[in-house]
Amino acid sequence: MRPAGRAETDSLYFDYPFFNPPTGKVRLELTIPTPVAIVGAGPIGMVAALTLAKEGVRSVLLDNKSTFNDGSRAICVSRSSFSILERISAIAPFLEKSLGWTTGRTFYRGQKILEFQMPDSPNAKYRPMYNLQQQYIEQFLWEAVAENELIETRWQSEVTAVEDEGEGALLTVTDPIETYQFKARWILAADGARSSVRQMRGLRLRGDNYEGRYVIADVQMDHDYPTIRRALFDPDCRRGGTILIHKQPDNIWRIDYQLRDGESEVEAIKEETVRSSVAAVLEEIGYTGEWELEWWSVYSANTLALDDYRDGCTFFIGDSAHIVPIFGVRGLNNGLADAENIGWKLGWVLNGRANEALLDSYTPERRGATLDVFANASKSASFMTPPSPGWLLMRDAALNLALSHPFAGQLANPRQMTPYTYSESPAILDDDPGFECGPVPGAALPDARVGDLFLSDQMGCGFTLISFDQDFANQFDETGLTLCVLDVSSVAADILNAKTESAYLIRPDGHIAARWKAASKVEVMRSLSVVAQVRKGKN
Amino acid sequence: MKSTDLELVYEDLAMALDAVEAEKRELFLAKLALLLAHEIGDVSLVRRHISDACDNLDV
Ligand SMILES: Cc1cc2nc3c(=O)[nH]c(=O)nc-3n(C[C@H](O)[C@H](O)[C@H](O)COP(=O)(O)OP(=O)(O)OC[C@H]3O[C@@H](n4cnc5c(N)ncnc54)[C@H](O)[C@@H]3O)c2cc1C
Repeated sequence: MRPAGRAETDSLYFDYPFFNPPTGKVRLELTIPTPVAIVGAGPIGMVAALTLAKEGVRSVLLDNKSTFNDGSRAICVSRSSFSILERISAIAPFLEKSLGWTTGRTFYRGQKILEFQMPDSPNAKYRPMYNLQQQYIEQFLWEAVAENELIETRWQSEVTAVEDEGEGALLTVTDPIETYQFKARWILAADGARSSVRQMRGLRLRGDNYEGRYVIADVQMDHDYPTIRRALFDPDCRRGGTILIHKQPDNIWRIDYQLRDGESEVEAIKEETVRSSVAAVLEEIGYTGEWELEWWSVYSANTLALDDYRDGCTFFIGDSAHIVPIFGVRGLNNGLADAENIGWKLGWVLNGRANEALLDSYTPERRGATLDVFANASKSASFMTPPSPGWLLMRDAALNLALSHPFAGQLANPRQMTPYTYSESPAILDDDPGFECGPVPGAALPDARVGDLFLSDQMGCGFTLISFDQDFANQFDETGLTLCVLDVSSVAADILNAKTESAYLIRPDGHIAARWKAASKVEVMRSLSVVAQVRKGKN
Repeated sequence: MKSTDLELVYEDLAMALDAVEAEKRELFLAKLALLLAHEIGDVSLVRRHISDACDNLDV
């Protein structure tokens, strides 16, 4: 919502573009079949389209709006999402505009009880987290989508029906000019939390709703404070409640405050109530200057997901597949990983390099990641908004004890950045027991300095073989694998617990498919054909 | 712990519980539980004590 007198996209700092529906010559081609139709041009749909394009696959991207999502919504973009943005060659504007951060401060009754650092090191190319408003995220992705010839975007185009037809589906689309139909071999439903494709397919999200309700408000002000996440528990201005404060680019500050039990939502989202609540928070943090209200919204925490992210030729990605509490900052980040995951797999299948069985790994990997987010989110939800007297008492005891004993403050550490390791996936092989440590198959490859660059810079578009012996690597010259040869005495080799004979097989999404303490060519090629479901004579 | 020491602790606790406001007693005990648990440092031992303390509450 926006202050009285301002339209939904009338922002203090961002110019929303206006997109027309398809016009002119392209209308003659609206009914031509496409390999992939993507419903929803939110951040997740756009990343899926860009990932497919990277594999050389065409897609049609449809959105029922004429501009980006209103309001700043998701603002925290994680390191792993930056790696995805890099792999789809869209990273540059994100790095330029966003605010990277590593530190969080937690206060209880006005006193600092915890200062935590998210894991970071000179071996990491990107910071653990970056703050950037969602409309910039969408704008930067859009710039990449718009100049990509393999992606055809249709704005103001609402998908109103999806029916199975042969090997694929028939979509019905309504735009301001007409209603038409076209065929797609595959559908990616990236149509958000209220997914209409999900409803058309008769599917439902399942899970839990949490007690706490929050108002999120963005204000513009000249506030002198570094990019540090602040959490205020039981502050004077909102006794018993919790407040989060984040800095964003363009002098915009996100203020997230919890509503009291029994506080009416209707009342809470009135402009004058939001203004006085925000003013009280600003007084609490000692800000006395001018400020302007930009946008606000209300939400409550849910952990909801589909049982299966696939229904025939339709895959659900992003919010259409799962809804997670936003203070875990995983809504957007989790969805971006969905988009890349299905994107490369579908790309490999459509290119004829992999069998369709590769697609079976999508649900176990990405739903597994969501369940992991749920587990973490439930933990932080029960700390932020304790669900019952017992949880409330222990939370208050921890905070109160932390005033004198720092160890108790660690209970307030949100640990937002534990990367997820895929397990029980057909696209991941069992670990080699020869390793004593290092990242296991299913984990995202950790980064490391390699000369002036990083290990991640040496990964290819497809599968990459990391080895520590040039002669061994030379045997793979004709295989289509990207070869990355590291010095066995390097930092990277140490992180990977490697010796000269070791090797790692890395997937296009940067996850480790398999590793060997002592590798052989036969074993590597056999594993590649298992994890990538490689078709004979291809790759 | 010697029984005379335990007696001392018992009395201190009684006095502290009387000294804090009635509505802060639970908070006080919960803080104390966290402090002692941290000091003991053995998670299975602490969990056993939690379960022991649950016994016979409504005898
Ligand atoms: C008010 C609000 C605040 C939020 N705050 C945070 C936050 O602080 N942190 C965080 O991590 N996440 C937050 N989120 C969640 C975050 O915005 C989402 O996780 C993210 O936008 C998901 O992207 P998506 O592409 O899956 O869906 P969306 O961004 O919802 O995009 C879906 C798109 O599909 C279009 N669409 C829908 N149906 C059709 C149809 N039938 N035909 C054509 N197009 C269709 C929609 O118009 C929309 O553009 C917030 C969400 C909301 C609504």
